[in-house]
Amino acid sequence: MAVCVAVIAKENYPLYIRSIPTENELKFHYMVHTSLDVVDEKISAMGKALVDQRELYLGLLYPTEDYKVYGYVTNSKVKFVMVVDSSNTALRDNEIRSMFRKLHNSYTDVMCNPFYNPGDRIQSRR
Amino acid sequence: MDAPEEPLPPVIYTMENKPIVTCAGDQNLFTSIYPTLSQQLPREPMEWRRSYGRAPKMIHLESNFVQFKEELLPKEGNKALLTFPFLHIYWTECCDTEVYKATVKDDLTKWQNVLKAYSSVDWLIVVVENDAKKKNKTNILPRASIVDKIRNDFCNKQSDRCVVLSDPLKDSSRTQESWNAFLTKLRTLLLMSFTKNLGKFEDDMRTLREKRTEPGWSFCEYFMVQEELAFVFEMLQQFEDALVQYDELDALFSQYVVNFGAGDGANWLTFFCQPVKSWNGLILRKPIDMEKRELIQRQEATLLDLRSYLFSRQCTLLLFLQRPWEVAQRALELLHSCVQELKLLEVSVPPGALDCWVFLSCLEVLQRIEGCCDRAQIDSNIAHTVGLWSYATEKLKSLGYLCGLVSEKGPNSEDLNRTVDLLAGLGAERPETANTAQSPYKKLKEALSSVEAFEKHYLDLSHATIEMFTSIGRIRSAKLVGKDLAEFYMRKKSPQKAEMYLQGALKNYLAEGWALPITHTRKQLAECQKRLGQIENYLQTSSLLASDQHLTTDEREYFCREILSFASQQTDSPGHRVALPMHSFAQLRDLRFTPANAVVHVGGVLSVEITVCSQMPVPIHVEQIAIHVHFSIEKNSYRKTAEWLTKHKTANGVVNFPAEASPFPTSQSSLPALELYEMFERSPSDNSLNTTGIICKNVHMLLRRQESSTSLEASSGLALEDGAHVLRCAGVTLQPGPNTIVFRTQAREPGTYTLRQLCASLGPVWFVLPHIYPLVQYDVYSQEPQLLVEPLADSLLAGIPQKVKFTVTTGHYTVKNGDSLQLSNVDAMLILCPEENRAVIYSNTREKVSDALLRVQSSDKVTSISLPAAPTYHLIEFELEVLSLPSAPAAGGESTLLGVTEPHGKHKDTQKTGHCMATTDHKVSIDCPWSIYSTVIALTFSVPFRTTHSLLSSGTRKYVQVCVQNLSELDFQLSDSRLVDTHDSTDLRLIPLNTESEQCIHSRQAVFFVWELKWTQEPPPSLHCRFSTGFSPASEEQLSVSLKPYTYEFQVENFFTLYNVRAEISPPPGTEHCRTGSLCSLDVSITRLSDLLEVDKDEALMESDEYFSTKLMYEVVDNSSNWAVCGKSSGVISMPVTAQATHRVHMEVMPLFAGYLPLPDVRLFKYLPHHSAQSSQLDADSWIENDSLSVDKHVDDQLDSGSVKSRGSVHSAASSEHKGLPMPRLRALPPGQAFNSSAGTQVLVIPSKDDHVLEVSVT
Repeated sequence: MAVCVAVIAKENYPLYIRSIPTENELKFHYMVHTSLDVVDEKISAMGKALVDQRELYLGLLYPTEDYKVYGYVTNSKVKFVMVVDSSNTALRDNEIRSMFRKLHNSYTDVMCNPFYNPGDRIQSRR
Repeated sequence: MDAPEEPLPPVIYTMENKPIVTCAGDQNLFTSIYPTLSQQLPREPMEWRRSYGRAPKMIHLESNFVQFKEELLPKEGNKALLTFPFLHIYWTECCDTEVYKATVKDDLTKWQNVLKAYSSVDWLIVVVENDAKKKNKTNILPRASIVDKIRNDFCNKQSDRCVVLSDPLKDSSRTQESWNAFLTKLRTLLLMSFTKNLGKFEDDMRTLREKRTEPGWSFCEYFMVQEELAFVFEMLQQFEDALVQYDELDALFSQYVVNFGAGDGANWLTFFCQPVKSWNGLILRKPIDMEKRELIQRQEATLLDLRSYLFSRQCTLLLFLQRPWEVAQRALELLHSCVQELKLLEVSVPPGALDCWVFLSCLEVLQRIEGCCDRAQIDSNIAHTVGLWSYATEKLKSLGYLCGLVSEKGPNSEDLNRTVDLLAGLGAERPETANTAQSPYKKLKEALSSVEAFEKHYLDLSHATIEMFTSIGRIRSAKLVGKDLAEFYMRKKSPQKAEMYLQGALKNYLAEGWALPITHTRKQLAECQKRLGQIENYLQTSSLLASDQHLTTDEREYFCREILSFASQQTDSPGHRVALPMHSFAQLRDLRFTPANAVVHVGGVLSVEITVCSQMPVPIHVEQIAIHVHFSIEKNSYRKTAEWLTKHKTANGVVNFPAEASPFPTSQSSLPALELYEMFERSPSDNSLNTTGIICKNVHMLLRRQESSTSLEASSGLALEDGAHVLRCAGVTLQPGPNTIVFRTQAREPGTYTLRQLCASLGPVWFVLPHIYPLVQYDVYSQEPQLLVEPLADSLLAGIPQKVKFTVTTGHYTVKNGDSLQLSNVDAMLILCPEENRAVIYSNTREKVSDALLRVQSSDKVTSISLPAAPTYHLIEFELEVLSLPSAPAAGGESTLLGVTEPHGKHKDTQKTGHCMATTDHKVSIDCPWSIYSTVIALTFSVPFRTTHSLLSSGTRKYVQVCVQNLSELDFQLSDSRLVDTHDSTDLRLIPLNTESEQCIHSRQAVFFVWELKWTQEPPPSLHCRFSTGFSPASEEQLSVSLKPYTYEFQVENFFTLYNVRAEISPPPGTEHCRTGSLCSLDVSITRLSDLLEVDKDEALMESDEYFSTKLMYEVVDNSSNWAVCGKSSGVISMPVTAQATHRVHMEVMPLFAGYLPLPDVRLFKYLPHHSAQSSQLDADSWIENDSLSVDKHVDDQLDSGSVKSRGSVHSAASSEHKGLPMPRLRALPPGQAFNSSAGTQVLVIPSKDDHVLEVSVT
């Protein structure tokens, strides 16, 4: 289970950001925002290679003492960032990947909604 | 590499470690060979094939040659590999059998026995041959014999274990060859030994590892065993393999910790859970930290000790492998995971201890990396190290907070105690860094020693980190560190230093639209600005925060109160005011004009209703809300007219303003999309394309300077416009959410007013919306009075009363009682004034105000309409009936217009074929009270009827038919239709055959009237008639005025019948009926019905022998192809001009069909001599062409002899042709002059008997 999930627009503003627990929301906002540095770096550094391989998963962006921050970027340069508790050792790379894939599917569903305006904030029912 | 100063026997843990090879036998000999050997051995690489499918490697072998001792051989169970002798060599120079037998053999046997006792099979016997030595001896045996003996004695089946080295110290090719063979052998054997012994060792190690689930298993023991393998690989310079051993140990340990967390604890692990007492950080400056290693060996190491040692070894190997950046990356992972593991294992750690450990470790790693890389390398790999820098910064910060070094007052005693405890945990500085000035240990100690020192170190670190982050483009990370720094400065009571960092961070968050960080940073900034006394900035930030949805209501109210309390302060300088942007305070939602089209006449009242959405959490009483308006005199006067007013209606007068998407970044909301348009420029002369391009229409929006955030949003950009035109509304209380405010203004000067700024004032605080966008304008106009006259229906019909609407737009003119319109009368148009005619007065917005009786007075020349009194900018509407007197349109052809009622105005006859009505224009000039000039108005009336006439004959009796067509949409009642002869000849009578006196003529239909012409004397050659009929619209019962009848005049000429033509077809003699295919006779008789009349007097008339004759041409034509005319079908006859003169013509025709067939046509023409003018009507062109007739020539002579014979006046004439002479001309007889009495008769034709084919044509 991730502690924070964020969907970030191409222009780097958050489309959706949600963290559990909610009381420390601000910290996660800062963390996710800072992680965009590494996302940008990774996209520009291996951008070509990623596009060729169709690899959307960016891997571990950076670890902190308590959390691990993972990144994923869609072909339309929408970024997904997931923060995972470091002590949660059950989450290996494969689990993270599958979580991102699920997130990507959900995001695609949102984009398919004709009532959703691309670029608007995403509302979650839960 | 730090070389060990004191190598401790027997194991030397340095790079100098080499696999041990023992040497037995002749030590002197070996000593002499050793230099060459140790130099030659590593020269060439050897391929090492590995077990377990590992890739083979090329390896340069080196060896440490030691003298053979029995102690060197490992005892059973000894796992040490470093001290393991991989090969035993026995050296001998013996070439003498005696000597061999006496000493060498015994020595060898003893050596072999020792090896066997330790089951060591890796040995080699080297026999060195020396020519020089041989020469000295007398009893020289063949060279091979000693070797053979040795092989025989010792190398049982392993003859390759004995090699010969010839003349090793000489420089000859043989020596070289011998050396090469020997070295290859040596290397091969060494590698064989490695493979065998390492393989065995690995197997043992694996077995040991498999036992890890057993209770007594100890990780530390296993650690030592696997590390031994790592050492050997390192010794063989296989750093990669060595690293793998440590990584395996690392992973194994990590897994145990994870399992422990999952509740699967291993006994040995509990030892690592002992409380942390020492946190002196990583030590990376020695290849092997013996101190820690011993702790592990003694099973006394703590988790940090183990991790530190493990990492120091990995670090060493990675540095050997030239991978310093991996060290940095692994270090960060290690530090994080250590912190996690300590948590997981619930190890008790004094507060701050881990911070110290991490801080020291970070710096140690960084210094270690710096120690082995040059500046350029470091600079280009900041991305790898910056994580450690920021981690160290973070840790130092938390240490500072922990030890009270950040507070303003400095540390208290509790803080000091904690500091002392932390320093104690560091222990003494390690000897290897003792001389280094900037060692991590010294840095930490110094930083914790005083507030000033801490500040210095913390700032150094922070700045370095920010600089590094910035240099590699990690702006967000840099800003985050900057924010920490700002927090630090705030604590240190230096807000002026904090502000810069907060602004920078805020700008970054604003640019990318991160709402929560924006709010948080703003809150910090507000605090900072408050302390700095930046009142405007503080108020602005406060207003932003007060409207921030992400804050709690309490917080929002707090910031709102801050603004209010400032606003209520008595200011020293009354003129001083603080202008703040409006959008955070309240947002303009929509604006509604009344009247809705936002156009008002001078003096009119305009109200503007705005909806403002207050963003404040509490109701705010605003002293005044004002809209600043810019006035411009509109050049385009059209906008000011009432016409514009009525035509240009905006939807409902509501202007909506887009909501400001406040948290969204600039890239999304404020930058509009490109509006691109194609552009073509064509040359004016030939319309060819000159240039083409794309124009961006909103460049001014896109290319403007990006407005910097917060601080620059402040007053500088908010210039208050002080115009004379301001709409004000005082004393408004704005509730949270939408509020409606109404402004009223009376229009004064005509022009365009543009709403520019919205401003709400709250004491000295002014909230200003600098630009109202989209553009909102209202117009004030002044209009000249106008009169508009237009028909009510699509078109006006002549002859009947029609309604016309008069509209007076008063404009700026006030219509007083007694003002009237003077209409000049037109003869042909009457203005009818029904009683009870009312004029209606409308306001500017088309609302009915009142109505009044309209008084219309008519005199001969002028009709005067007195207008009701009406104020300015109103409309007066009334209707009048007008009647255009009908005029008789001219009939075409033979009629001329005589005495037609000519209208006063210009009479325009535009009768055309089709259904267009003839129209008549009437121009009326009207004098208006507001102008000295007359207004001329043209009214166009359409004549609703079109009339045609025709002459009908029956023998000599004549009839006149008149057809009246109604072209209009109305139905009319026709009455009293009359046809009179305008010449009024007494002998001519027109007897009407029309039964009904009243007739209805419907729209788009026609009515026919017929009169019979009777005369007593000789009829006149022409007849002038006038048709007249009264008409009135069928729908209307009673008309107030009597209507003039509709008249139509025409003329009929040559209406008297001169000739009667009769044709008759008779069957062949002897038959009763005509048959198809058989010839029948056609008899045509042309009879003159009158004597010489006036009409006969034309060129064709010939006078001879006191009687007149005229030439006629007849022609038999059957257009329907029923008959085949055989022989001559036409001819010219000379007709005597006397009554009853008859000319008969016989012809033969053949019926082609059976049935009742109509007779062929017989046509008569007047045959005119050639000399007359060219106005002839040639009807039978082809006939003339074919026969090229001259006057004299008779047709009969030319045509082939047919059976048809013309009788009567047939005279032969000269057959001379007159080519080029004018042709005789033909003129058709006017329809009234020839009467065909057999028209319409039919002849029965029956099919011929032998005709089997019956053709029936159905048409």
